[in-house]
Amino acid sequence: MSHKVIIPIGPYHPLQEEPEYFRLYVEGEKVVDIDIVIGYMHRGIEELSEHKHFDQVPFLVERICGICSTSHPLAYVNAMEDLAGIEVPERALYIRTIIAELERIHSHLLWLGLAGHFIGYNTVWMWAWKYREPVLDIFEMITGNRNHYAMMKVGGVRRDIIDDDIPELKKTLDELIPAVNMFKGAVMDDPVIQARLKGIGILNRQQAIDWCVVGPTARASGVNIDIRRDDPYAAYDKVSWNVIVEKEGDIFAKTKVRILELYECIGIIRQCLNKMPKGAFDADIKEIPPGEGIGRVEAPRGECFHYVKSDGTNRPIRHKIRAPSYVNVASNKVACVGGTISDAAITLAAVDPCYCCTERVAVLKKVDNKKILNGWDLIKLSQEKTAQLKEGLRDGKSG
Amino acid sequence: MNIKLKSLTKSIWVFHAACSPCNNCDIEILDLLTPRHDLERLGMVLVGSVRHADALLVTGVPNYKTRERLKMLYAQAPKPCLVLAIGSCACGRIMFKDSYNSPCPVDEVVPVDVYIPGCPPKPEAIIAGVAKLIAKIEKAA
Amino acid sequence: MNSVNLIEDKIKEKLGKKILEWKQSSPRRVYFSLKKEDILETAKVLFKELGLRFVIATGTDTPEGLEILYHFSLDKTGVIYSVRVLIEDKKSPKIDSIAPLFPGAEWIEREIWELLGINFVGHPNLTHLLLIDDWPQGKYPLRKDKC
Repeated sequence: MSHKVIIPIGPYHPLQEEPEYFRLYVEGEKVVDIDIVIGYMHRGIEELSEHKHFDQVPFLVERICGICSTSHPLAYVNAMEDLAGIEVPERALYIRTIIAELERIHSHLLWLGLAGHFIGYNTVWMWAWKYREPVLDIFEMITGNRNHYAMMKVGGVRRDIIDDDIPELKKTLDELIPAVNMFKGAVMDDPVIQARLKGIGILNRQQAIDWCVVGPTARASGVNIDIRRDDPYAAYDKVSWNVIVEKEGDIFAKTKVRILELYECIGIIRQCLNKMPKGAFDADIKEIPPGEGIGRVEAPRGECFHYVKSDGTNRPIRHKIRAPSYVNVASNKVACVGGTISDAAITLAAVDPCYCCTERVAVLKKVDNKKILNGWDLIKLSQEKTAQLKEGLRDGKSG
Repeated sequence: MNIKLKSLTKSIWVFHAACSPCNNCDIEILDLLTPRHDLERLGMVLVGSVRHADALLVTGVPNYKTRERLKMLYAQAPKPCLVLAIGSCACGRIMFKDSYNSPCPVDEVVPVDVYIPGCPPKPEAIIAGVAKLIAKIEKAA
Repeated sequence: MNSVNLIEDKIKEKLGKKILEWKQSSPRRVYFSLKKEDILETAKVLFKELGLRFVIATGTDTPEGLEILYHFSLDKTGVIYSVRVLIEDKKSPKIDSIAPLFPGAEWIEREIWELLGINFVGHPNLTHLLLIDDWPQGKYPLRKDKC
């Protein structure tokens, strides 16, 4: 006689800042199945895009998601440039790379903070977000806004990075290195975090391939893909960096990939600042010919894919958007099943889900279950497990 | 009622209801809690259940799914419940008003007390909005 | 560029006469069209045998009919192979589902079903993904003939 308990997570609960709904089916402590219900964020951006001028679409796609607000416009302009065969001035390519990498830094720090919060390390949360602020200040300085930078434009960028801003940018990056070192030490050498994150939420290589996952989620499972290297855009073919790949596929590997990527991002930006040539930063495109184009970008969460079809008028007739979380979130189905309830919180968060992207939001259907744990209970369970591990380690050492 | 309102101004506990936003306003709200802005010094705490909340922070343009959710959230909240519409989307739907999945703006679903525009509003703007809300309640109470 | 040609030859050899039109729009973008009956077979060849990664499918409403583009990515070379199929019957469009082959295609087929009204035969769970469950039947947001 099995006692299947259904735990609804969401749509509104403290685990994630966005509404989405997971239905966990558990037997005792073990998760046996999971239903993912999305649709709470769907705003019909693909259809809205068909009513906008080519030059207005970057502003629309920017608002698909606040954290990847460079990746979507960049993928869109890549698609348009593929469609029309536009040569982009070199300076614009470097500026695009710098903005994209700065975005990756702030996004990875954001995830690191949230992950820390879910396993009961609120200090990690506060620290990670503290070091994220200088990056946002840089954005404000060079683009005029903390988020939604509005830098991308078909054929170039909208604003130049002026020379006066570069010393400040370099200084912020230099100051970020000790912070990342601190995180690397604090997270990767901490026995409690290791015990807490190793071996849970495993997505093995074959599962990663079958579910078509991308980005850090795939790279942590040993799938060596990175659009920046495989299908270079912007100035990624002119700078050198390493693609971080881990084999384990667990949460610890995903954390490691993201922390190590921070160093690579800083490296890329430094190279770009040194190599960036002077000159024009916009090709001044007036007309778009009929045709179809595909643009891809390695967003902080993985491959972002845009397909645009034009019929020669000034609006796209079809604009398809595939955000990385669309495939990564679906893979939670395998990563969560078999784990315990206390691990579910961090496992669901480990893919760095971004539901705005996925749907370009949960309905708590009435289920006749015997026991309902709410979101707080779930975080508490997760945090309690960490506390127990801590106790255990302390006792082990003293004993 | 007046005493209830007046006591609200001491420390507002907020619940964050994201109604199909683009995430940025939500991140800025969380940002408020972190060291640079540290909203807890003003007594504001983000709570996990709407039943503990004094105010609802609504972001985004409600779609058909979230509209029903938002109604339920407001119904579950203890009254008086203040509603803050954060971001341009929540204030007036901006570019999403023609979407097939956007039935109405936030203020047609729940009564809004304060509108904080911006895409996204800076954390300072949100703090200023809250300060204005407190001034407004004190006047009413 | 050698490995690009190699994989192209392999695709052409395995699919043979099924390919109706082959078009290379730019060095890393290849489009080819097929009859809709051949899609399951093609997906099997591309995904299982040649190891391409399935990215997404795009459904479009065109004057000729409903068109689906299946985008496959070969990450070694960075080339995207887009397989184009046309479903002429707009009244009751039907196509074989590729979701039973690999789970990564489940969500996108549900999405195309609800936004364009294409019925995927053999899909394990063809229900609403993004829209509400009681979305009016026969109203498809991405169809051009909606009023």
